Amino acid sequence: MAGSSAIAILGIGMHPWGKWGRNFVEYGLAAANGALDDAGLSWTDIEFISGADTIRNGYPGFIAGATFAQALGWNGTRVSSCYAACASGAQALATARAQILAGLCDVALVIGADTTPKGFFAPVGGERRDDPDWLRFYLMGATNPAYFALYARRRMALYGDTERDFALVKVKNSRHGLSNQFARYRKEVTVEEVLSSPKVCDPLKLLEICATSDGAAALVVASEEFAKAHGSKNRLVRVAGISTVTPIFPNTIIEMPNFSTDSAAGQGVLEATSFRDSIANGAYEEAGIGPQDVDLAEVYDLSSALELDWYENIGLCKQGEGAKLLRDGDTTIGGKVPVNTSGGLSCFGEAIPAQAIVQVCEIVTQLRGDAKDRQVTGAKVGVTANQGLFGHGSSVVLVK
Amino acid sequence: MLSQVGLAKIRVPAVEGWFSIDESEPYLLGSKCTKCGTIYFPQEGTFCKNPRCRSETFEQVRLSNRGKIWSYTDAQYQPPPPYVAVDPFEPFAIVAVELIQEKLIVLGQVVRGVTVDDLRVGMEVELTIDTLYEDEDKVYLVWKFRPVNGPETLRR
Ligand SMILES: [Zn+2]
Repeated sequence: MAGSSAIAILGIGMHPWGKWGRNFVEYGLAAANGALDDAGLSWTDIEFISGADTIRNGYPGFIAGATFAQALGWNGTRVSSCYAACASGAQALATARAQILAGLCDVALVIGADTTPKGFFAPVGGERRDDPDWLRFYLMGATNPAYFALYARRRMALYGDTERDFALVKVKNSRHGLSNQFARYRKEVTVEEVLSSPKVCDPLKLLEICATSDGAAALVVASEEFAKAHGSKNRLVRVAGISTVTPIFPNTIIEMPNFSTDSAAGQGVLEATSFRDSIANGAYEEAGIGPQDVDLAEVYDLSSALELDWYENIGLCKQGEGAKLLRDGDTTIGGKVPVNTSGGLSCFGEAIPAQAIVQVCEIVTQLRGDAKDRQVTGAKVGVTANQGLFGHGSSVVLVK
Repeated sequence: MLSQVGLAKIRVPAVEGWFSIDESEPYLLGSKCTKCGTIYFPQEGTFCKNPRCRSETFEQVRLSNRGKIWSYTDAQYQPPPPYVAVDPFEPFAIVAVELIQEKLIVLGQVVRGVTVDDLRVGMEVELTIDTLYEDEDKVYLVWKFRPVNGPETLRR
């Protein structure tokens, strides 16, 4: 399945997620050194460093690649920094892959790290009347959870999903994350606890909305040739597909931070398609596989209900059948296609530039067979998926 | 929320060019590509976003002031700035409204006094102009929605 466009993952590293209140560079460095150790390489072996930016930590965050390069020690290494909201980490991986596949380098380091403020994500400061992200808070008080809640309520009206179904997602993920040493929340919760936690945005409760966290994750990636020559103590996992597609006009689902959807009323516009559906499809196509080949998935459960949308978006079931898949236990470890075995955002909280990378770290851990208590037996193919602001989304297909 | 002070405050839109300020005839201001007919809210005035259209000319249009609820929610916690909340904070509902003719969905707050318990997906709502917040000498206005067949008290 992993054809000539595949690259190898030699090392993974993470800094535990939490609310540590320290500089993001410190977390990034811990993750980078973890990934280098895991790969059995040193920083001076790295030919390209690809940083995923954070926008909440000033100038060093906007040029994360260089910030981490300087922290590791200026070494002449070629650098890239990118920002793509929640997809930043996958975008940084895609950049490193392009360099490797173009033959411009053999081995690269990908890093994302963040330090986050408390509470709701608020827009960047200052009065910015041409920025929809500022305006949606100013004119409507529409926080991120408000958008998640609109999707959740829509599911209830369209498919008959219940608040209990949404709570069950949280219960499942809290169990999955129990033994994950990098997860921030490692406590089992019951349906009753979820349902009785305070309502944030109807129908979503506090325990169903992902928190904002500090955290970091890193990958050492290399060409097939380098991987072969270098050898590895780990079972080799390959990146078989990365999708960083943008939506197709007209995008008729209301999305953060917008006030409206595209209009489908114009002459000659295409029939509306789902952006979230197209994200994983792009990665499947590159990898030459389909959802039927997937053994496990890490999806962006910004809210409990959103995880059910993702089941359908990445093709694990038909539209409207997400809750059934959950109720049948298919997405629980031990089921047909476990989802968010890491515990997901539910147990991690969101550290934006690191999140798409930590999804990859979990799949790699599973495909290597190193996931211990949460191991998915016989896992050979895994997929990640996420979506962020302004038409960003990503999906990565990993194979053994 | 009407001002209780003796001197009437000046009523101004919280944002320019997004809606009518004539409160007796509320509507959202959109723009329409003169070539392909795609409609935009808020107004688009530079490039048409239809990938098969290169038009740069638009005409201002009034959007339908009634639509059907696509989904709804509320804010039980006070949103962060720049949202200006009343003190003490009062939860408010938010709706995503499908405008049938324009083939788009638009967001807006729901008028005070209407909660999620009063709303249903598919319910017909209408646009109104209402107070977003006030300061010492001005009332800042914004568009909001309310159920067409809501209780009479909600319809001013
Ligand atoms: Zn046009």
